[in-house]
Amino acid sequence: MNIYVCVKHVPDSAATITIEGPNTINEKITFLVNPYDEHAITEAARIKALKTDTQVVAVCLGKAAAENSLRSAMAMGADRAILIETDKPADSILTARALAAAILADGEPWIIFTGKESIDSEGMQTQFRLAANLGLPVATNVVKLDVEEKTVTVECERDPGTIDVLRMAVPAVLAAGKGLNTPNYPTFPDIVKSRKKPVKKITLDELDIKTPAAGMRIDTLEPAVESRNPKPLSGSAAEIAERIVDILKNEAKVI
Amino acid sequence: MRSIGLLIELKNGQVKDTNFGMATAVHAQDREIVALMVDTSVDTAKSSLETHGVTRIINIKTGCSGWNPSLQADAVAAAMEAFAIDSLVGLTSPTGRELLPRIAAKLDAPLIMDCLAIDPEARRVKTSQYSGKTIATITLNGNHFIYGLRPNAVPAVKQPANADIVDFEWAATPEDGYQVIETRMEEGGGQFLAEADIIISGGRGMKSGENFSLLDDCARHMGAAIGASRVAVDNGWVPYAMQVGQTGVKVNPKVYIAVGISGSIQHFAGMKTAKTIIAINTDENAAIMANCDYYVVGDLFEILPELEKALARAVS
Ligand SMILES: Cc1cc2nc3c(=O)[nH]c(=O)nc-3n(C[C@H](O)[C@H](O)[C@H](O)COP(=O)(O)OP(=O)(O)OC[C@H]3O[C@@H](n4cnc5c(N)ncnc54)[C@H](O)[C@@H]3O)c2cc1C
Ligand SMILES: Nc1ncnc2c1ncn2[C@@H]1O[C@H](COP(=O)(O)O)[C@@H](O)[C@H]1O
Repeated sequence: MNIYVCVKHVPDSAATITIEGPNTINEKITFLVNPYDEHAITEAARIKALKTDTQVVAVCLGKAAAENSLRSAMAMGADRAILIETDKPADSILTARALAAAILADGEPWIIFTGKESIDSEGMQTQFRLAANLGLPVATNVVKLDVEEKTVTVECERDPGTIDVLRMAVPAVLAAGKGLNTPNYPTFPDIVKSRKKPVKKITLDELDIKTPAAGMRIDTLEPAVESRNPKPLSGSAAEIAERIVDILKNEAKVI
Repeated sequence: MRSIGLLIELKNGQVKDTNFGMATAVHAQDREIVALMVDTSVDTAKSSLETHGVTRIINIKTGCSGWNPSLQADAVAAAMEAFAIDSLVGLTSPTGRELLPRIAAKLDAPLIMDCLAIDPEARRVKTSQYSGKTIATITLNGNHFIYGLRPNAVPAVKQPANADIVDFEWAATPEDGYQVIETRMEEGGGQFLAEADIIISGGRGMKSGENFSLLDDCARHMGAAIGASRVAVDNGWVPYAMQVGQTGVKVNPKVYIAVGISGSIQHFAGMKTAKTIIAINTDENAAIMANCDYYVVGDLFEILPELEKALARAVS
């Protein structure tokens, strides 16, 4: 029984995104592990200790360069990794099919972790599709996890401060939220060790998955323009306060 | 006539305003707009839905009470099949984030969350990607189409119609191995920050947790939710549930008031979609001052007490 962690290789949130083709970006920027997936890896490493004979396997669908994020995942605690290589863009329907097929071909899942969303495509859905493909229950934005013999108790943050407590059978798909833990950032020796850990490379074509009938295609990308025109509010504190009330009342019409 | 479903959410028994934006987003002369409601009382919702162009309400009854997203998603998918509704629009709200992807996974249907605009004919949407730095135009293809609209992205326009109510009884079989035991409220919770219409947030400039009472005082009069920057959370002044930003909650209010917040990229990632941003800051060169609608160069400890008084007068 393995713990699988789905790890996406995404542009650094601080990177400047430059649009190149109609629907592609300049990829000569820093890429790293999707932030929510870091919480997933950290949790996987924590619960691995609770069960003997369990390996943590990081799985990624992406270009060859995505191996870097898998190396990071291994430095953070994964034992080995699987890279499903493709140069073509993959939507979440295809991605979830590929992740499911690669996991099934590799071994028996105990828990499958993902992040709650990827910060590049902001899809918020791969975890649900993966679970549906495997016929497993799924929870999203998991902020606390207790594992028992045949079940897990998870706490999901539905709204800030509103927590749903779930009991789920394993295997299950759990999508990590930021409140789950503090990521295990690797030390230098962890990084060195991770270089020796194995990455199994397969191509998307090799997985031989049925081409989905449905899909989502990015036609174009354009920069989001911030078209705000800042206007000062000045005067005495009381005058400024009156102006703000006026804006709330007559312009935004919220009070 | 073609029809499109809207997944309606209630708050305190009322249809939340943001729902009507969905009806406006997909309104067309020759389209039937069908409201899908799960285990709620549809009677109180009927007239407000009719005001916004809904022509049919499907009253889905699962026979179960309480929040169970897996079961509710199954029920909605079943209603879509039963009434031959191929397109569904919901909100990218805490509820929508649970239900819409479950429905899409169940139907193996394409789904785009956080849409800014929806063209149900072309099955084409606009949505943000790369932490909001780009806007993508995406075409969906398949047999069913699921859309999550960003709250407040489309302002509601009244469009009077008459609606009939159809009951849909659906005997739920709860999913094996998935059980909601309870829903718990934590400190800072229950504000529904993610879907608040007005948010007033404090940052490092607040100087202490106690001083957040200045924000409470103003918020009370406006019916606003209270947010915070990461610095205010990391300093232990307020709970994490209140953090707005890339690693906190993403909000789409009609008005966002940033108090003693510099406007870092990471904070903006959570609130840049606010319709109106008002900044109060002593530093006229703070990043937020260049990227807002109104800015006050001033000391929050002088402005907030006056704002509280002015609000109290305005709403009394
Ligand atoms: C990976 C990552 C993720 C992050 N995620 C988030 C996130 O989700 N949310 C978030 O907020 N941050 C996040 N941050 C942190 C972010 O970079 C900033 O450090 C943070 O937003 C700054 O908070 P602030 O504006 O309160 O503080 P500061 O930047 O210190 O700004 C305080 C402001 O208060 C003003 N001020 C001081 N006194 C007064 C006064 N008396 N009256 C009026 N104004 C006053 C100052 O002029 C200043 O502009 C993240 C950072 C990283 C690296
Ligand atoms: N290409 C991918 N490879 C591995 N995991 C992925 C990939 N795409 C999405 N995921 C996982 O699914 C989660 C949700 O992604 P998304 O649906 O894009 O928001 C991410 O946090 C990842 O854990």
